[in-house]
Amino acid sequence: MADLIATSTEGRTLAEADGLSLSQTPLTPIWAIAPYRGKAGPTSEALAQAHGLPFPAPGALHEAEGARIAWSGLDQAFLLGVRPNAALADHAALTDQSDAWANLVIDGARARDVLARFVPIDLSPAACPPGSARRTLMGHMPALILHPGGDRFEILVFRSMTGTAAHDLTRAMRALSARAAL
Amino acid sequence: MRVDGRGRIDRTQPVEFRFDGKPVTGYRGDTIASALLAQGQVLMARSFKYHRPRGVLTAGSEEPNALMEVGTGAAMTPNVRATMQEIFPGLVAQSQNRVGPLDRDLLSVNDLLWPFLGAGFYYKTFMWPRSFWERLYEPIIRRAAGLGRLTPEASPERHEKAFAFCDLLVIGGGPAGLMAALTAAKGGADVILVEEAPEFGGRLLSDRQEVGAAGAATWVDGIIGDLQATGRVRLMPRTTVTGVYDDGSYGALERVARHVAPAPDLPPECFWRIRAKQAVLAAGAHERPIAFPMNDRPGIMLAGAVRTYLNRYGVAAGRNVTIFATNDAAHRTAIELQEAGVRIAAVIDSRREAVPQGDYRLIRGGQVIGSKGRRALREITYRTGERVDRLTTDCLAVSGGWNPALHLTCHLGARPVWDEEGKMFLPAPGAVPGLTPVGACNGAISTAACLREGVEAGKAALKALGLRAPRNVTVPEASDDPGRGQALWFVEGKGRAWLDFANDVTTKDVKLAAQEGFISVEHMKRYTTQGMAPDQGKSSNIAALAYLADTTGRGIPETGTTTYRPPFVPVTMGALGAFAEGAGFAPQRHTTSHAAATSRGAPMIEAGLWYRPSYLPRPGETTWRQACDREVAMVREAVGVVDVSTLGKIDIQGPDAGAFLDFLYTNMFSTLPIGRVRYGMMLREDGHVMDDGTTARLGEHHYVMTTTTAAAGQVMAHLDFVAQGLRPDLDVRAISVTENWAQFSVAGPEARRLLNGILDTPIDTVCFPFMACGAVTVHGVAARLFRISFSGEEAYEIAVPSRYGDALYRDLVARAETLGGGAYGMEALNVLRLEKGFITHAEIHGRVTAYDIGMQNMLSAKKDFIGKAAAARPGLLEPDRERLVGLKPVETDGVLTAGARLFSDGSAHVRETDQGYVTSVGPSPTLGHMIALGFLRHGPERLGERIVMVDHLRGLRTHCEVCAPVFFDPDGGRARG
Repeated sequence: MADLIATSTEGRTLAEADGLSLSQTPLTPIWAIAPYRGKAGPTSEALAQAHGLPFPAPGALHEAEGARIAWSGLDQAFLLGVRPNAALADHAALTDQSDAWANLVIDGARARDVLARFVPIDLSPAACPPGSARRTLMGHMPALILHPGGDRFEILVFRSMTGTAAHDLTRAMRALSARAAL
Repeated sequence: MRVDGRGRIDRTQPVEFRFDGKPVTGYRGDTIASALLAQGQVLMARSFKYHRPRGVLTAGSEEPNALMEVGTGAAMTPNVRATMQEIFPGLVAQSQNRVGPLDRDLLSVNDLLWPFLGAGFYYKTFMWPRSFWERLYEPIIRRAAGLGRLTPEASPERHEKAFAFCDLLVIGGGPAGLMAALTAAKGGADVILVEEAPEFGGRLLSDRQEVGAAGAATWVDGIIGDLQATGRVRLMPRTTVTGVYDDGSYGALERVARHVAPAPDLPPECFWRIRAKQAVLAAGAHERPIAFPMNDRPGIMLAGAVRTYLNRYGVAAGRNVTIFATNDAAHRTAIELQEAGVRIAAVIDSRREAVPQGDYRLIRGGQVIGSKGRRALREITYRTGERVDRLTTDCLAVSGGWNPALHLTCHLGARPVWDEEGKMFLPAPGAVPGLTPVGACNGAISTAACLREGVEAGKAALKALGLRAPRNVTVPEASDDPGRGQALWFVEGKGRAWLDFANDVTTKDVKLAAQEGFISVEHMKRYTTQGMAPDQGKSSNIAALAYLADTTGRGIPETGTTTYRPPFVPVTMGALGAFAEGAGFAPQRHTTSHAAATSRGAPMIEAGLWYRPSYLPRPGETTWRQACDREVAMVREAVGVVDVSTLGKIDIQGPDAGAFLDFLYTNMFSTLPIGRVRYGMMLREDGHVMDDGTTARLGEHHYVMTTTTAAAGQVMAHLDFVAQGLRPDLDVRAISVTENWAQFSVAGPEARRLLNGILDTPIDTVCFPFMACGAVTVHGVAARLFRISFSGEEAYEIAVPSRYGDALYRDLVARAETLGGGAYGMEALNVLRLEKGFITHAEIHGRVTAYDIGMQNMLSAKKDFIGKAAAARPGLLEPDRERLVGLKPVETDGVLTAGARLFSDGSAHVRETDQGYVTSVGPSPTLGHMIALGFLRHGPERLGERIVMVDHLRGLRTHCEVCAPVFFDPDGGRARG
């Protein structure tokens, strides 16, 4: 019997310029966790027990033991890097999103300048400190932006839009390099 | 004429560019205007209507005359102000709106016809015959009167758009803006300082003056250093704020690389959207021209501009200069030019009490009443009392005082307020929330006042931001002389006196407008077109309304002023549309089978943002029909594979998931057994059909809903709205999983055989009947299988995580081919569903009810659901509504077209007798003729009737028979297997 070969599970570098890199991370588990009515507390406790992570407040990103959790919308968070403990299903709707998102990482001193071409919210350190998650737009594309710290931003866009997102970010990086050379 | 030792240009760097095909050499730092003036080229343009020779009036973005076409080929930009365009090696500029060379424009004949070409002339003149307007008169007029050309090709330029955020936005980098920015930054605010020119400083670089103990330019350098040292200021030169919008939003155009040769990846412009908590407007002021007879001759320009050319560019605008002024400040022009070695013919001051400020000839109480010189000024005529004299001169520097540049304060609807003492319009108090006008744009003309107001505004902004004012900011010493003067808007005399240079509007036009009853300033503006050119009347509005006020015997405040709207300066469409050029118009969504489909030569068609294969041609197939017919037959006789991942998939979980679906759908889902799928229809609140699709029950509290491709986003938003807004009592969670799953339909008599080749556990029709669903594994990968059919054949949809989509699609297609089938595309999918009478959004287009599509029986009587009450409204259940039917041509080769209208046999084919319309058509290889779905009055009651389909657009008429919408296998036996 033949095997199905998975695509896009490998990470890859998409563009590099002036100390700025754009890459796509390998696919990792992403699970949406949406606590049922009145179950935010028990969900958070179960998360802490199983994964060492709290249910995040709006806009927050937490990391522990190789797993991360990011606020991703009203009463909803994405658990990244690990499959959720089965006990969580007692308190929250769990939905596999692992294959739904492409994670594009832009890292470097001018990462914020690149994102400023497309993202309509303030990503300055004051407005978007380390440990932030922002549900917003990248151009016309829905995006979840994770900022673990430093100059690293992870942009989760719909898998189907990976090409457009990579194209747009690459174009902006090139334009910034050309500007810098002025 | 270039003046030694003056200007901020880099004389070590000569720059050659071309103007009207001829090489011109300037220096780095020159604009086209300054470089041409330095060469003695005063003539730079032809006027809009009369094609009169024109030179520059100003040295800034308010320039009405010197508009040019810059660049070559499709990258040419028309109406570029020569006063703003910096030169660079290889720059190509052309004068515009002329026939023949600039110095012998053939259309200057218009100028001889001026008595006939006044305001509104074409409305009165070209009335008859009526049909000639569009075909003859308008094209000729548009050719004769106009601006730069448009290039028909798309511009190859690639601009940028960007967002920026700050505590304080300072608009204008003159003395007021610099001090506001410095004060705020030292107090801890994040500041964006925007300046239209390449250098910060404003009039400090245009006039010779001192600030503190040093020359103004030296002081500016020091302040820029201080600003940079705070680490809180983003300096944005070559940037113009173009508009003010709600909640502290500002639009700004940055001329990123307009000053250098085009280069790959280098954006010429960037359109910024800036969000600022506070703003300071320090936009300065525009100098007022005076409307005296024949005031538009090349060589007549504003006095402040003459000083700008001298002090910024080291250019004397003439060799023998006359100044015509109403105020003390303009006298500085004479002094500065004399210091630079330029001869001053005279200073003509309209005030009898004027006092000379230097050693030059002063003519008190004088008014210029005429000028001579064909392509450049040669002589002026002036009047003192009864006496009229002439003066030889090649440059006349005019100053009628200053108009505060308050335009941005009007963008949210406020109107300027007349200040009787200062004889100027000032920004209305509180015109823009959070924006404070300071300095000259607020009526504070002296440098000392600008510096002082800047510091105060910086402190006020800090207070509003909750920050404390810094102690270490002091207001430097500077001139406190505002240069008092009198108001003089126009000079009566023989000959035309221009108010609006850009649109060729004279005082006579305004007088004519008033005579004909257009005495409101808004009516006068539209009748004469005053203020409607690319310069938006920056140098003409106030004078025009002052003249209108005088003509109608009213005061200026009673006459009022027109207001200003964005953009403050012209913005290229390319900058506004940056990133959206060509394919960038919308994101492209690719399915996991995209590469496999395109590698088979499939033409892709857009379905929303998705790209889907139209058909997958095989060798020897030259038309879409050949491929489509084969693909349809393949599915009917063997097996076909199509990617259906684009359909929306929504995961719904929770104890109340069933109740939630019962409320959303017209039919019941809480009763659906686990492991089964049901077709559902949902209505909008108004009772019309919103979407349809299948929903599968995966567990006690777990469903997955399928939407149409077109309505996936709309339905997801609808679910969120219903869950949060209408039924917060239900404990349910919904999330889109469209992107997570690659889903393929496998359809045809061989479908099960194909699947059993890849399923780890084979299925049969007993364990997996029609409308069953369940978890399966394919090649060891966990998958979901749904037995549903959109083709009428035994069909399955198999879903795997997207990462396996490409591999599974290729495997399915390869296996289908060994069974006599293969991949099929959208054309075949459409024919297959039409043969079965399945609807798409071509049918449920937003104006049809469940009754119209024959699905009234799906509206459950046992429960409430969205749209139930509204669907029962009178009028929505009448038999004479247009209702769904099938149509087939009477002759087998009859052509049916979507969008065509339906008529009863024998009736006229006009709107009044219209009976319905065709929504979908397709060539059915199964039946051997075209088939269609459509909506027909009394439709289901008319089966078997012959009617006529008329496509008025394509000139087509086809006799049809009305039939049931299901053309093939009406009892559905094939799908049930």
